[in-house]
Amino acid sequence: MTGTQEHTALTRDQLLNAYRTMRTIREFEERVHKEFATGEIPGFVHLYAGEEASAVGICSNLNDRDSIASTHRGHGHCIAKGVDVAEMMAEIYGRQTGSCHGKGGSMHIADLSKGMLGANGIVGGGPPLICGTALAAKLKGTGGVSVAFFGDGASNQGTTLESMNLATVWNLPAVFVAENNGYAETTSSSWSVASDNIADRADAFGMPGVIVDGFDFFAVHEAASQAISRAREGGGPSLLEIKFTRYYGHFEGDQQTYRADEVEHARAELDCLNRFVGRVTQTGQLTRDDLAAVDTEVSALIDRAVGEAKAAPLPTAADLLTDVYVRY
Amino acid sequence: MTDDRIAAITMPKWGLSMQLGKITSWVVAEGDEVSVGDDVADIETDKIAGTLEAGSAGTVRRLVARVGEDVPVSGTIALLASADVGDDELDAAVLQARAVIEAGAVPDEGGAPVLESAQAGGRKIDYAGVGSDGEVVLLIHGYGGDRNSWLFVQQPLAERHRVYALDLPGHGTSGKDVGDGSLEVLAEAAACVLDAIGAERAHLVGHSLGGTVAVAVAARDPGRIGSLTLIAPAGFGAEINADYLRGFAGAQTRRELRPLVGLLFADDSLVTRQVVDDLLAYKRLDGVEAALEALLGALLDGDRQRIDASSQLRGLGDAIPVTVIWGSADKIIPVGQAESVPAASKQVIEGAGHMPHMEKPSEVLAAVEAALRGG
Amino acid sequence: MARNITYREAINEALAQEMERDDSVIVMGEDNAGGAGSPGEDDAWGGVLGVTKGLYRKFPGRVLDTPISESAFIGAAIGAATAGLRPVAELMFVDFMGVCLDQIYNQAAKFRYMFGGKAVTPVVIRTMYGAGLRAAAQHSQCLYPVFTHIPGLKVVAPSTPYDAKGLLIQAIRDDDPVMFFEHKALYDLSGPVPEESYAIPFGEANVVREGGDVTIVTLGRMVHHSLEAAGELAGAGIECEVIDLRTTSPLDEDTILESVENTGRLVVVDEANPRCSLATDISALAAQKAFGSLRAPIELVTAPHTPVPFSNVLEDMYIPDPQRIGNAVKTVAEWAR
Repeated sequence: MTGTQEHTALTRDQLLNAYRTMRTIREFEERVHKEFATGEIPGFVHLYAGEEASAVGICSNLNDRDSIASTHRGHGHCIAKGVDVAEMMAEIYGRQTGSCHGKGGSMHIADLSKGMLGANGIVGGGPPLICGTALAAKLKGTGGVSVAFFGDGASNQGTTLESMNLATVWNLPAVFVAENNGYAETTSSSWSVASDNIADRADAFGMPGVIVDGFDFFAVHEAASQAISRAREGGGPSLLEIKFTRYYGHFEGDQQTYRADEVEHARAELDCLNRFVGRVTQTGQLTRDDLAAVDTEVSALIDRAVGEAKAAPLPTAADLLTDVYVRY
Repeated sequence: MTDDRIAAITMPKWGLSMQLGKITSWVVAEGDEVSVGDDVADIETDKIAGTLEAGSAGTVRRLVARVGEDVPVSGTIALLASADVGDDELDAAVLQARAVIEAGAVPDEGGAPVLESAQAGGRKIDYAGVGSDGEVVLLIHGYGGDRNSWLFVQQPLAERHRVYALDLPGHGTSGKDVGDGSLEVLAEAAACVLDAIGAERAHLVGHSLGGTVAVAVAARDPGRIGSLTLIAPAGFGAEINADYLRGFAGAQTRRELRPLVGLLFADDSLVTRQVVDDLLAYKRLDGVEAALEALLGALLDGDRQRIDASSQLRGLGDAIPVTVIWGSADKIIPVGQAESVPAASKQVIEGAGHMPHMEKPSEVLAAVEAALRGG
Repeated sequence: MARNITYREAINEALAQEMERDDSVIVMGEDNAGGAGSPGEDDAWGGVLGVTKGLYRKFPGRVLDTPISESAFIGAAIGAATAGLRPVAELMFVDFMGVCLDQIYNQAAKFRYMFGGKAVTPVVIRTMYGAGLRAAAQHSQCLYPVFTHIPGLKVVAPSTPYDAKGLLIQAIRDDDPVMFFEHKALYDLSGPVPEESYAIPFGEANVVREGGDVTIVTLGRMVHHSLEAAGELAGAGIECEVIDLRTTSPLDEDTILESVENTGRLVVVDEANPRCSLATDISALAAQKAFGSLRAPIELVTAPHTPVPFSNVLEDMYIPDPQRIGNAVKTVAEWAR
């Protein structure tokens, strides 16, 4: 089954927000790519550039009482779920003002108040947690939905498979989103995934599975809307397989010698932002000026975020020992 | 005893639940002369440690029980006899007594306490009674205590009276809700127990805060009360060891609690690990911390006593005979306050701290018996 | 009122009283009720050794059976804890930790720290441990040292029914992830337990026996073996102080050091394997912080560095028994240069 190409009627504001969020993710990641090369950012970063339509297409259907779990490639999901951009940048720079006070870093950015359970350094770490938040929502009757983002690599991880099984057995308000960008580190998904498609596995776990063009915001938004409504109305979990590509390596510093020239092609022909712009200007829902205004705003936001991050204080020795326990 | 020239010193019953005791060391040796009231042996139970005093006079001819072995309550631990009683007879008596100890026989539950519950303003109040003859005596414990505080006194008193001990709200096994923690709540609980027993007339014995409660109960219904015996009562002066009270309420660990409990006694060797553990187990029960804090609010005004019981007591005039008993070495409420208690009889017990009914029980028992006779 | 009930009943009572008091407490695990989807009885088992029996009917909808997928349901318990529930999940045998350990030590243990103090994960994972039932190598281990090692987890191992109830109530009320270790050979042990609810604080060891000659530090089932040894040693004139740790994380260092400073002689009794263990941890603590007080080398009485054997006679040799403990005490008591 393939994802539908129709678009749900989105208002002008919703379209602007979608564009703004996708553009923010793109600019954020492109900027981190640049800054990381200077050596100032500690540790590892894994960039989401190219995949924006997935995070935004899905999260634009969610609100603060819904939860998401993310992956090591989590900046996009964080931004799409409303985590503060400047705090994220500060966190990536390891500053005390960061979302996690500098104690988590890129792979552990979280904001539980916004239902963002965190980026996760463990492949497949998210799905079980999302079964938990979905269970809590169900037992407390909040109507909340929980979405697990995971990659093609994680789709083979036992935790993911067990979680899909459990979500159906317990009839949880959950959505499983396999972001298939073609590679789990260096191994291609066509090699590592035994079935033809990740979505084919849905049947094995008693839930519907849908393949979606990940370069098309509107296709993602539509498929997500259906899966999320189904969950919210008590119909149980679904699996979405988003197919697209990542513009950068597994991590920054990855020479990507395992790839061909698909990124060039994707940027030129398939890019989700370009397609979005093309669609909305063609139908006249937004003008180029509207979009340019957003671009300027976003640019300024990213500049400010980086500037603030670079100037922010580092954590102190006292910070090392705090927050291991609520109370020891 | 087959030969009545041989008198037995027996394992006492300290506390209504005691079944076994252990001698930790002998104070007397074979051949010693003892008089009534002399220390005979140090004894430990699963609840407390104490020193047994001789109930009769004579020569110690045989020590029957060994140090460290379990002896059932009423089991013979030593034999007193005059010099003319022969060894053969004594050996036979020892054999008989040892058979009882070795059998581990636990005495008849005939005299066992009856545990009951009353309702006071929606609160469950537990109380235990022993004794079948004579007038009703109600024992009221103090802050942080419970009905077991009377363990050295309740059973002996029950030989000639019907003796009840209650757990005040917030204490022991009674309901832990104390409402506003006021004296009225506590007094009502005690009064409800009297109702539940069906006592038209009762003697009240109250310790520390329990003494204040006893006065309040008497003030509610003076005609019902035969006498008041107040042991180191609160409410008769400004001075009180507020640090002890606050420390006791707030202590979370054994390390914090042990030294505080030690302050209650002149000789703190009475404070065994078991005593402290039992107190900790009580303090951990849901609702106890809140209850103790609420009661502190009623008891203290800064570092001084808030309650004034003396005017209440004076208001009763001569209607009810009052006896006051105080330990000379009381570190919680100073013994000098005994002067402020309008009482017909005052007795200071030398060498006792704030808990004379635990440290010098036979002297307190004698004083209480006298008060009951007078009333 | 305190009355005698078993360790198993005490745990059941703790769960029932907390579920009564707080709606957000839920129970989940394999066969915690038993019979899900099966044609016969619901609540068929109440847990493999009957610990959770009766809760299913008493608290409808709050006792969940799970498929055999630890990483999913232990992870779910943890996720649910971040979202406002207080789940008590059962990892049936701690030997199964391998299939779900990531969720415990990389997720639950680290959320609070990694997220800069903004996460609260009040999950309790109950698990069975210990040898003595001839359950063999994969169902008999004492793996609390592994969890004790992880910052962010609390580790509890009660030795009596009284401690089991009070420590489990504390665990459920505690806002941090707690690993609650139940020794399978203690379930039938009976002891006095108050009917009322009470909570025993973590990080407070229990001095179960006072003595001035040798300090024995131990926990769990070994507390009882140590007390038996101490009883016999008293006959030989050696008075042991037996300290029941109750919790390994947080650890009550003060009580251990105070005792060692008094006796100068330490024996640590630990049913777990000897390398990188609780025994070596306590021993290092004493050597580091009470060196001046030590009058003899420290003796460790542990299982051997082997998996748990099956055959009766072998398992009995594996588990530290009162005789071995007694020998170790005599060794330190008699030690002279």
